Amino acid sequence: MSLPTSGPGAPPRSNGELLFDAPWEARAFGVAAALVDQGTFGWQDFRNELIVAIDAWEQSGSDDSEYRYYECWLTALERIATSHELASAGDLANRAEAYAARPHGHDH
Amino acid sequence: MSDHDDHHDDHHDDHHDDHHRENHDPRSPKLRAEALEDLLVEKGLLDRAKVDATIEKFETDVGPMIGAKLVARAWTDDDFRDQLIADADATIAAAGITGPEIEHLEVKANEPGVHNVVVCTLCSCYPWAVLGLPPNWFKSPEYRSRVVKEPRRVLSEMGLELDDDTLVRVWDSSSETRFLVLPERPSGTEGLSLEELAALVSRDSMIGVAKAYTP
Repeated sequence: MSLPTSGPGAPPRSNGELLFDAPWEARAFGVAAALVDQGTFGWQDFRNELIVAIDAWEQSGSDDSEYRYYECWLTALERIATSHELASAGDLANRAEAYAARPHGHDH
Repeated sequence: MSDHDDHHDDHHDDHHDDHHRENHDPRSPKLRAEALEDLLVEKGLLDRAKVDATIEKFETDVGPMIGAKLVARAWTDDDFRDQLIADADATIAAAGITGPEIEHLEVKANEPGVHNVVVCTLCSCYPWAVLGLPPNWFKSPEYRSRVVKEPRRVLSEMGLELDDDTLVRVWDSSSETRFLVLPERPSGTEGLSLEELAALVSRDSMIGVAKAYTP
């Protein structure tokens, strides 16, 4: 289950800004931080993928207002998970397809 | 410069479509994140409780109040200030501060005529252990590209006007080195307690885009 990081029940931050705009952003952050912490891959390796993902977004010519930092973070996480053979790209895609096909009401 | 507060840009009519896409488009980040986490947990490569604990730590325990206490102590204790500037890693370790992402930390002290400001031009490196996670504007392409080229103007847009003869130093973070700005102690704060002083130290003042509050 996800922590209530957004919505009416979300804890306000002392600086007035929530850490995450959506629960999935918190999960993607927590997964990467946990994997670094347990030594599955190094922060430097992850950061390199993050730089590549951010650079690719910036090269895409999209408007800055469309920038979604945690989408770049998630892309970096997927790439490092596949390059370290934690999961294959095919398995990731198949699982996301399966979740996308869940009937309404089972998708939260 | 403005924060990118994306959620409020959506029209109400789009809300249902967004909700549908988020849950029924396999390319949506929500489903991709869920798929990745679940697969790794099922394979025994990741402990979901560890993910929960990591998130909770950053939402409740780690944040700018840690850096603010260091700054308040540095304002009142010259020896501590000197140690913090000379060897921040050892000094914060001795103060009991540890984090999941303690990289080499350097403290840059503002002084009359010198102002320091921090950026990560390539991504989002930030001193997690003493400031928590970075605010959205710190991660934005606009801040990352502009503060190096025209720091004085960016700071002015963010509400910090510096004297023309003040030297601005911009520190670009890397995965090896993170920076914390030690803001100048405001005048009129003699006799305040450490707690009262720490309350004057905003997150932004420790990134270098603001000064400490004046009581």
